[in-house]
Amino acid sequence: MDELVQFVSILSATIRLAAPLVLAALGGLFAERSGVIDIAIEAKMLAAAFAAASAASVTGSPWIGLLAGIAAAVALALIHAYACVSHQGNQVVSGMALNILAAGLPPVLATAWFHQSGNTPALPSEARFPALDLPFSALAETWLWLDLLWNRLIGGHNLLVYVAAAAVPLAAFVLYRTRFGLRLRAVGENPAAVDTAGISVVRLRYQALIIGGALSGVAGAYLSIAQGAGFTRDMSAGRGFLALAALIFGRWRPVPTLLACLLFAWVDAIQTRLQGVEIPVIGFVPVQLVSALPYIVTVLLLAGWVGKAKPPRTIGLPYGRPR
Amino acid sequence: MTRAKLPAWVDYGLAPLLTLAAALGASSLAILAIGENPWAALSTLAGGAVGDTSGIGYTLYYATNFVFAGLAVALPFHGGSFNIGGEGQAYLGGLGAALVCLALPAASWWLVLPLAFIAAFAFGAGWAFVPAWLKATRDSHVVITTIMFNLIASALMAYLLVNVLIAPGQSAPETVTFAESAWLPQVTPLLASMGIEIGPSPLNLSFPVAILASFGVWLLLWRTRWGYEIRAAGLNENAAAYGGISLARTTILSLCLGGGLAGLVALNEVLGAQHRLLLGFPGGYGFAGIAVALMGRNHPVGIFLAALLFGALYQGGTELSFDMPDVTREIVVVIEGLVILFCGALESLFRKRLEAIFA
Repeated sequence: MDELVQFVSILSATIRLAAPLVLAALGGLFAERSGVIDIAIEAKMLAAAFAAASAASVTGSPWIGLLAGIAAAVALALIHAYACVSHQGNQVVSGMALNILAAGLPPVLATAWFHQSGNTPALPSEARFPALDLPFSALAETWLWLDLLWNRLIGGHNLLVYVAAAAVPLAAFVLYRTRFGLRLRAVGENPAAVDTAGISVVRLRYQALIIGGALSGVAGAYLSIAQGAGFTRDMSAGRGFLALAALIFGRWRPVPTLLACLLFAWVDAIQTRLQGVEIPVIGFVPVQLVSALPYIVTVLLLAGWVGKAKPPRTIGLPYGRPR
Repeated sequence: MTRAKLPAWVDYGLAPLLTLAAALGASSLAILAIGENPWAALSTLAGGAVGDTSGIGYTLYYATNFVFAGLAVALPFHGGSFNIGGEGQAYLGGLGAALVCLALPAASWWLVLPLAFIAAFAFGAGWAFVPAWLKATRDSHVVITTIMFNLIASALMAYLLVNVLIAPGQSAPETVTFAESAWLPQVTPLLASMGIEIGPSPLNLSFPVAILASFGVWLLLWRTRWGYEIRAAGLNENAAAYGGISLARTTILSLCLGGGLAGLVALNEVLGAQHRLLLGFPGGYGFAGIAVALMGRNHPVGIFLAALLFGALYQGGTELSFDMPDVTREIVVVIEGLVILFCGALESLFRKRLEAIFA
């Protein structure tokens, strides 16, 4: 029974760790499918985590925090769009600029506003998204299996976890079953054709980046006002890049991206448990190797050794109408 | 995009200064938002950077890192590759230098220092080799692979420092302090021995090495056949390939040399200042190299000037955080990000205006 409980607790931790990755990777998916490289997912998550924690700390409301987080991430997405879509600037350079900007600005503002050396004050529980109890949870508690399934695995997470779960089918629907989604995919593959059809490439890419920003914003808010209780320096800790890796590993498609996020989150969930544990045949596995696995796998994938990653065809290329 | 030709003084002088002014202007707004006086903050910053000999020493010490990191971005850039992996390459360079110093604790300086130099360069170049080779042979996106290699480098180094290289009986993940024969001489005691007194700073002999490296990069790019091939491949792959240039070779060569230059950051940080290998010692210098290269227009002279500027910003920023407790030194990182944004991504915004006036 102990092993079962432990197994469920690993799965449950996997879900909680996967949620921000899923949201951020889906955000990146919209941007990249429209043909704009999104290496600034990390920046958007970090800025959103800070804005959400600040707003929640001042107002005491997680909802205002969430909105502030989304607003901060969308603002960064708009800078990216202004530089790369309107002015056809280099998307990688713009992304790096945002990453560096978002690494610097939160500590500066946090120190000035809260005087806590780059962090925001710890949030009280009413300023965070609490874990939700599903209906009939008391009833399910009477039987261990049902308790584990209903209260630990499916239930017992905060609201944003369910938002992340809902975002996957929603994104897939928008991308593959709506007119907007068709145009979005087309603009990443062949912007000239979309332009010729009389549809604005600029407008579509702005829309894609704003959606991407909003999703990354929810992911960032998740870190500081749902999973954590307040902003700490560099709290995204590379998760934005992990989401980017998951997006590439999922080959720019929603469901495979979800699976990649779950895989990476599972690796994250077991790595602390692997510390000092001897695995038969292999022996001791360094935790750091385990944590680097997603990045190594992504490189192998980009090299075409474990399947071929085929990015949107015109990704990274600014589109300007020939004059 | 067609580009009109601008006069050189506008292209290399006015345009970078305008972008810097825009970045400083935007950060002044941030300082204003904090509730401090931007003018007072900027003058504190400038005073801290060049106000006394100690400040100047620190400025040049930081600038040394920026020269190496900037060249590490610029050289591959001429070959058509965007090297974002400077951070990881510098980290590995530190490993190379540290391994030599730890392996030869009793050797004299004329043996340890050249070997450590070579190892730092080789390890940095080696870390760039895999992404370079994958780009050349498998057409992998070098931006993503170098980002991934930064993350892999930090995991690898964390493992090595926590489990293997850690000083015995210590809890902080860092190596033992190297034997003094492996320390790059610092400038302050050197000048003191000649009777010139200057304030203390970690400025060391890697600063002249950085100047030599800048000159070397210029020589390579504009005065050798390899440099010609790298630039040709960067300007037009198809034309270069048609002219008989091996694109695989120019890609691998330019990225590996860039990685090696990034590795030399360790020369200044590990051999010159810390004298041991610390967890996370590159501390963002690799990323700052992107800003330096963009601002310096990927030319060694420009990079040197931009590195001096960023060195001054770093040193001034530290001083600023002492004087104004509400301003942390991350304000410099904000300025750095804004410079990349204005110099790189929003370049055309300024350029169109300048072209309207001067061309």
